[in-house]
Amino acid sequence: MARMKFICDAERCIECNGCVTACKAEHDVPWGVNRRRVVTLNDGLPGERSVSVACMHCSDAPCMAVCPVDCFYRTDDGVVLHDKDVCIGCGYCSYACPFGAPQFPSNGTFGLRGKMDKCTFCAGGPEANGSAAEFEKYGRNRLAEGKLPACAEMCSTKALLGGDGDVVADIFRNRVLVRGKGSEVWGWGTAYGKPATGSTQPAKPEGKKS
Amino acid sequence: MMTMRATAFVLCSASIALSACGEKTSGAARKADVPAFQGTTGAAAYAAGGWKAGDQAAWEQHLRTRMQGQNEYARVPSQP
Repeated sequence: MARMKFICDAERCIECNGCVTACKAEHDVPWGVNRRRVVTLNDGLPGERSVSVACMHCSDAPCMAVCPVDCFYRTDDGVVLHDKDVCIGCGYCSYACPFGAPQFPSNGTFGLRGKMDKCTFCAGGPEANGSAAEFEKYGRNRLAEGKLPACAEMCSTKALLGGDGDVVADIFRNRVLVRGKGSEVWGWGTAYGKPATGSTQPAKPEGKKS
Repeated sequence: MMTMRATAFVLCSASIALSACGEKTSGAARKADVPAFQGTTGAAAYAAGGWKAGDQAAWEQHLRTRMQGQNEYARVPSQP
Protein backbone atom coordinates (compact mmCIF):
# COMPACT_ATOMS: atom_id res chain seq x y z
CA MET A 1 0.00 0.00 0.00
CA ALA A 2 1.18 3.48 -0.75
CA ARG A 3 0.33 6.30 1.63
CA MET A 4 -2.90 7.05 3.42
CA LYS A 5 -4.29 10.41 2.37
CA PHE A 6 -7.38 12.58 2.60
CA ILE A 7 -9.00 14.39 -0.30
CA CYS A 8 -11.89 16.78 0.25
CA ASP A 9 -13.96 17.46 -2.85
CA ALA A 10 -15.11 21.05 -2.38
CA GLU A 11 -17.67 20.62 -5.17
CA ARG A 12 -19.49 18.06 -3.06
CA CYS A 13 -19.09 19.20 0.53
CA ILE A 14 -22.43 20.52 1.80
CA GLU A 15 -21.14 21.67 5.20
CA CYS A 16 -23.30 19.14 7.04
CA ASN A 17 -20.55 18.58 9.64
CA GLY A 18 -21.25 14.86 9.58
CA CYS A 19 -17.49 14.20 9.46
CA VAL A 20 -16.94 16.39 12.52
CA THR A 21 -19.68 14.61 14.44
CA ALA A 22 -18.51 11.16 13.36
CA CYS A 23 -14.98 11.93 14.52
CA LYS A 24 -16.06 13.32 17.87
CA ALA A 25 -18.37 10.40 18.54
CA GLU A 26 -16.00 7.70 17.33
CA HIS A 27 -13.06 8.84 19.41
CA ASP A 28 -14.88 10.37 22.36
CA VAL A 29 -13.01 13.60 21.72
CA PRO A 30 -13.19 15.96 24.72
CA TRP A 31 -15.10 19.22 24.70
CA GLY A 32 -13.10 22.03 23.13
CA VAL A 33 -11.04 19.78 20.87
CA ASN A 34 -11.94 19.40 17.20
CA ARG A 35 -9.79 16.97 15.31
CA ARG A 36 -11.78 17.76 12.19
CA ARG A 37 -13.77 20.83 11.24
CA VAL A 38 -15.50 22.23 8.19
CA VAL A 39 -14.22 25.55 6.84
CA THR A 40 -16.45 27.58 4.54
CA LEU A 41 -14.94 30.01 2.08
CA ASN A 42 -16.92 32.97 0.69
CA ASP A 43 -19.77 32.18 3.05
CA GLY A 44 -23.09 33.40 1.66
CA LEU A 45 -21.58 34.60 -1.60
CA PRO A 46 -21.75 33.08 -5.07
CA GLY A 47 -19.06 30.44 -5.38
CA GLU A 48 -19.22 29.48 -1.71
CA ARG A 49 -17.17 26.38 -0.98
CA SER A 50 -16.77 24.24 2.11
CA VAL A 51 -13.81 22.06 2.92
CA SER A 52 -13.43 19.48 5.66
CA VAL A 53 -10.06 20.03 7.33
CA ALA A 54 -8.02 17.86 9.68
CA CYS A 55 -4.47 16.56 9.86
CA MET A 56 -3.47 15.73 6.28
CA HIS A 57 -0.66 13.38 7.36
CA CYS A 58 1.80 15.34 5.24
CA SER A 59 4.61 13.72 3.30
CA ASP A 60 7.09 16.17 4.81
CA ALA A 61 5.23 16.96 8.02
CA PRO A 62 6.35 20.29 9.54
CA CYS A 63 5.04 19.22 12.96
CA MET A 64 7.55 16.37 12.99
CA ALA A 65 10.34 18.75 12.05
CA VAL A 66 9.72 21.26 14.83
CA CYS A 67 8.82 18.95 17.73
CA PRO A 68 11.51 19.49 20.39
CA VAL A 69 10.91 16.11 22.04
CA ASP A 70 10.50 14.07 18.84
CA CYS A 71 7.13 12.65 19.81
CA PHE A 72 5.93 12.25 16.21
CA TYR A 73 6.40 9.21 14.02
CA ARG A 74 5.12 7.99 10.69
CA THR A 75 3.64 4.53 10.25
CA ASP A 76 4.36 2.27 7.29
CA ASP A 77 1.06 3.43 5.84
CA GLY A 78 2.16 7.07 5.88
CA VAL A 79 0.02 8.09 8.84
CA VAL A 80 1.60 10.75 11.06
CA LEU A 81 1.01 9.88 14.72
CA HIS A 82 2.43 11.03 18.03
CA ASP A 83 3.15 9.66 21.47
CA LYS A 84 1.23 11.59 24.12
CA ASP A 85 3.48 10.23 26.85
CA VAL A 86 6.37 12.12 25.26
CA CYS A 87 4.50 15.28 24.22
CA ILE A 88 5.12 18.24 26.52
CA GLY A 89 2.34 20.39 25.09
CA CYS A 90 4.67 23.18 23.96
CA GLY A 91 2.52 24.03 20.94
CA TYR A 92 5.32 24.30 18.37
CA CYS A 93 3.51 21.84 16.11
CA SER A 94 0.45 24.06 16.22
CA TYR A 95 2.45 27.00 14.89
CA ALA A 96 4.10 24.86 12.21
CA CYS A 97 1.01 23.09 10.88
CA PRO A 98 -0.50 24.78 7.79
CA PHE A 99 -3.86 23.12 8.48
CA GLY A 100 -4.33 23.99 12.15
CA ALA A 101 -4.56 20.30 12.97
CA PRO A 102 -2.91 20.13 16.42
CA GLN A 103 -5.41 20.78 19.18
CA PHE A 104 -4.79 21.34 22.85
CA PRO A 105 -7.28 20.48 25.56
CA SER A 106 -7.69 23.11 28.22
CA ASN A 107 -6.92 21.64 31.62
CA GLY A 108 -7.80 23.35 34.87
CA THR A 109 -9.12 26.71 35.87
CA PHE A 110 -6.31 28.77 34.38
CA GLY A 111 -6.45 27.24 30.91
CA LEU A 112 -3.35 25.14 31.36
CA ARG A 113 -2.54 23.59 28.01
CA GLY A 114 -2.62 19.81 27.90
CA LYS A 115 -0.96 17.37 25.55
CA MET A 116 -1.52 17.78 21.87
CA ASP A 117 -4.41 15.95 20.22
CA LYS A 118 -4.98 15.54 16.51
CA CYS A 119 -6.50 13.35 13.83
CA THR A 120 -4.91 9.90 13.83
CA PHE A 121 -6.45 8.74 10.53
CA CYS A 122 -8.31 6.44 12.93
CA ALA A 123 -5.02 4.60 13.51
CA GLY A 124 -4.73 5.09 17.27
CA GLY A 125 -1.30 5.52 18.79
CA PRO A 126 1.72 3.57 19.99
CA GLU A 127 -0.24 1.64 22.62
CA ALA A 128 -1.47 -1.86 21.80
CA ASN A 129 -3.99 -1.80 18.96
CA GLY A 130 -7.52 -1.62 20.28
CA SER A 131 -6.47 -1.43 23.94
CA ALA A 132 -8.27 0.69 26.52
CA ALA A 133 -5.13 2.79 26.97
CA GLU A 134 -5.02 3.53 23.27
CA PHE A 135 -8.68 4.48 23.16
CA GLU A 136 -8.34 6.78 26.16
CA LYS A 137 -5.44 8.72 24.61
CA TYR A 138 -6.07 8.52 20.88
CA GLY A 139 -9.50 7.04 20.26
CA ARG A 140 -10.48 4.06 18.15
CA ASN A 141 -8.01 2.24 15.93
CA ARG A 142 -10.22 1.57 12.94
CA LEU A 143 -7.35 0.73 10.61
CA ALA A 144 -6.44 -2.21 12.83
CA GLU A 145 -10.09 -3.25 12.61
CA GLY A 146 -9.89 -3.25 8.82
CA LYS A 147 -11.85 -0.02 8.44
CA LEU A 148 -11.22 3.41 6.99
CA PRO A 149 -11.48 6.69 8.93
CA ALA A 150 -14.96 7.28 10.31
CA CYS A 151 -15.19 10.79 8.83
CA ALA A 152 -14.66 9.57 5.27
CA GLU A 153 -16.87 6.52 5.61
CA MET A 154 -19.67 8.58 7.17
CA CYS A 155 -19.54 11.39 4.58
CA SER A 156 -23.02 11.46 3.06
CA THR A 157 -21.99 13.03 -0.25
CA LYS A 158 -18.61 11.27 -0.35
CA ALA A 159 -16.95 14.66 -0.55
CA LEU A 160 -14.33 13.49 1.91
CA LEU A 161 -12.28 10.60 0.60
CA GLY A 162 -9.79 8.77 2.80
CA GLY A 163 -7.49 5.90 2.01
CA ASP A 164 -4.58 4.90 -0.15
CA GLY A 165 -3.40 7.98 -2.05
CA ASP A 166 -3.46 6.25 -5.43
CA VAL A 167 -6.98 4.89 -4.95
CA VAL A 168 -8.60 8.10 -3.69
CA ALA A 169 -6.81 10.13 -6.35
CA ASP A 170 -8.22 7.80 -9.02
CA ILE A 171 -11.73 8.15 -7.58
CA PHE A 172 -11.41 11.94 -7.56
CA ARG A 173 -9.90 12.04 -11.05
CA ASN A 174 -12.81 10.05 -12.43
CA ARG A 175 -15.27 12.44 -10.82
CA VAL A 176 -13.56 15.46 -12.34
CA LEU A 177 -13.61 13.84 -15.78
CA VAL A 178 -17.31 13.00 -15.51
CA ARG A 179 -18.48 16.37 -14.27
CA GLY A 180 -15.91 18.36 -16.23
CA LYS A 181 -15.04 20.82 -13.46
CA GLY A 182 -13.89 21.17 -9.88
CA SER A 183 -10.41 19.75 -10.18
CA GLU A 184 -8.99 21.87 -7.36
CA VAL A 185 -7.87 19.76 -4.45
CA TRP A 186 -7.59 21.97 -1.41
CA GLY A 187 -4.44 21.38 0.60
CA TRP A 188 -3.13 18.57 -1.60
CA GLY A 189 -0.06 20.44 -2.81
CA THR A 190 0.72 21.75 0.66
CA ALA A 191 0.46 18.35 2.26
CA TYR A 192 1.87 16.02 -0.36
CA GLY A 193 3.75 18.29 -2.74
CA LYS A 194 7.13 17.61 -1.23
CA PRO A 195 7.49 13.85 -0.84
CA ALA A 196 9.93 12.64 1.79
CA THR A 197 13.04 10.84 0.64
CA GLY A 198 12.27 7.26 -0.20
CA SER A 199 8.53 7.66 -0.03
CA THR A 200 6.14 6.97 -2.86
CA GLN A 201 5.56 9.88 -5.18
CA PRO A 202 2.14 11.34 -4.52
CA ALA A 203 -0.36 10.66 -7.24
CA LYS A 204 -1.28 13.87 -9.03
CA PRO A 205 -4.90 14.34 -9.99
CA GLU A 206 -5.29 16.18 -13.24
CA GLY A 207 -5.89 19.91 -13.28
CA LYS A 208 -4.92 22.76 -11.06
CA LYS A 209 -4.08 22.05 -7.46
CA SER A 210 -3.88 24.48 -4.62
CA MET B 1 55.98 18.70 41.08
CA MET B 2 54.11 21.82 39.99
CA THR B 3 53.73 20.42 36.48
CA MET B 4 52.19 17.21 37.81
CA ARG B 5 49.74 19.16 39.95
CA ALA B 6 48.78 21.36 37.03
CA THR B 7 48.28 18.32 34.80
CA ALA B 8 46.17 16.58 37.43
CA PHE B 9 44.11 19.74 37.90
CA VAL B 10 43.50 20.03 34.14
CA LEU B 11 42.53 16.37 33.87
CA CYS B 12 40.15 16.61 36.82
CA SER B 13 38.59 19.79 35.45
CA ALA B 14 38.18 18.24 31.99
CA SER B 15 36.61 15.08 33.36
CA ILE B 16 34.12 17.11 35.40
CA ALA B 17 33.36 19.48 32.55
CA LEU B 18 32.84 16.72 29.99
CA SER B 19 30.91 14.40 32.28
CA ALA B 20 27.59 15.84 31.09
CA CYS B 21 28.40 14.97 27.48
CA GLY B 22 27.70 11.30 28.12
CA GLU B 23 24.53 11.93 30.03
CA LYS B 24 21.43 10.33 28.58
CA THR B 25 18.28 12.38 28.20
CA SER B 26 15.85 11.91 31.04
CA GLY B 27 12.78 12.47 28.85
CA ALA B 28 10.45 9.63 28.00
CA ALA B 29 11.38 7.70 24.88
CA ARG B 30 8.82 7.33 22.13
CA LYS B 31 7.23 3.89 22.11
CA ALA B 32 7.23 1.64 19.08
CA ASP B 33 3.92 1.12 17.35
CA VAL B 34 2.47 -2.10 15.99
CA PRO B 35 1.41 -2.10 12.31
CA ALA B 36 -2.32 -1.91 11.73
CA PHE B 37 -2.39 -5.15 9.72
CA GLN B 38 -1.51 -7.02 12.92
CA GLY B 39 -5.11 -6.50 13.95
CA THR B 40 -6.61 -5.38 17.21
CA THR B 41 -6.13 -6.93 20.62
CA GLY B 42 -9.39 -5.67 22.02
CA ALA B 43 -12.95 -5.22 20.78
CA ALA B 44 -12.51 -7.97 18.21
CA ALA B 45 -16.26 -7.96 17.73
CA TYR B 46 -15.93 -4.61 15.98
CA ALA B 47 -13.27 -5.76 13.55
CA ALA B 48 -14.37 -6.02 9.95
CA GLY B 49 -14.31 -9.52 8.53
CA GLY B 50 -12.75 -10.70 5.32
CA TRP B 51 -9.11 -10.64 6.35
CA LYS B 52 -6.91 -12.34 8.88
CA ALA B 53 -4.91 -10.42 11.48
CA GLY B 54 -1.22 -10.48 10.62
CA ASP B 55 -1.76 -11.03 6.91
CA GLN B 56 -0.63 -7.75 5.40
CA ALA B 57 -1.62 -8.59 1.83
CA ALA B 58 -5.15 -9.57 2.91
CA TRP B 59 -5.49 -6.44 5.02
CA GLU B 60 -4.40 -4.21 2.14
CA GLN B 61 -6.75 -5.93 -0.29
CA HIS B 62 -9.61 -5.66 2.19
CA LEU B 63 -8.98 -1.92 2.62
CA ARG B 64 -8.71 -1.37 -1.13
CA THR B 65 -12.09 -3.01 -1.58
CA ARG B 66 -13.47 -0.85 1.19
CA MET B 67 -11.99 2.28 -0.40
CA GLN B 68 -13.93 1.55 -3.55
CA GLY B 69 -17.04 1.90 -1.40
CA GLN B 70 -16.36 5.62 -1.62
CA ASN B 71 -16.55 5.47 -5.40
CA GLU B 72 -20.20 5.65 -6.37
CA TYR B 73 -19.26 5.19 -10.03
CA ALA B 74 -18.08 1.71 -9.07
CA ARG B 75 -20.97 1.00 -6.70
CA VAL B 76 -23.68 2.04 -9.14
CA PRO B 77 -23.13 0.71 -12.66
CA SER B 78 -23.57 3.30 -15.37
CA GLN B 79 -26.65 3.10 -17.57
CA PRO B 80 -26.08 1.69 -21.07
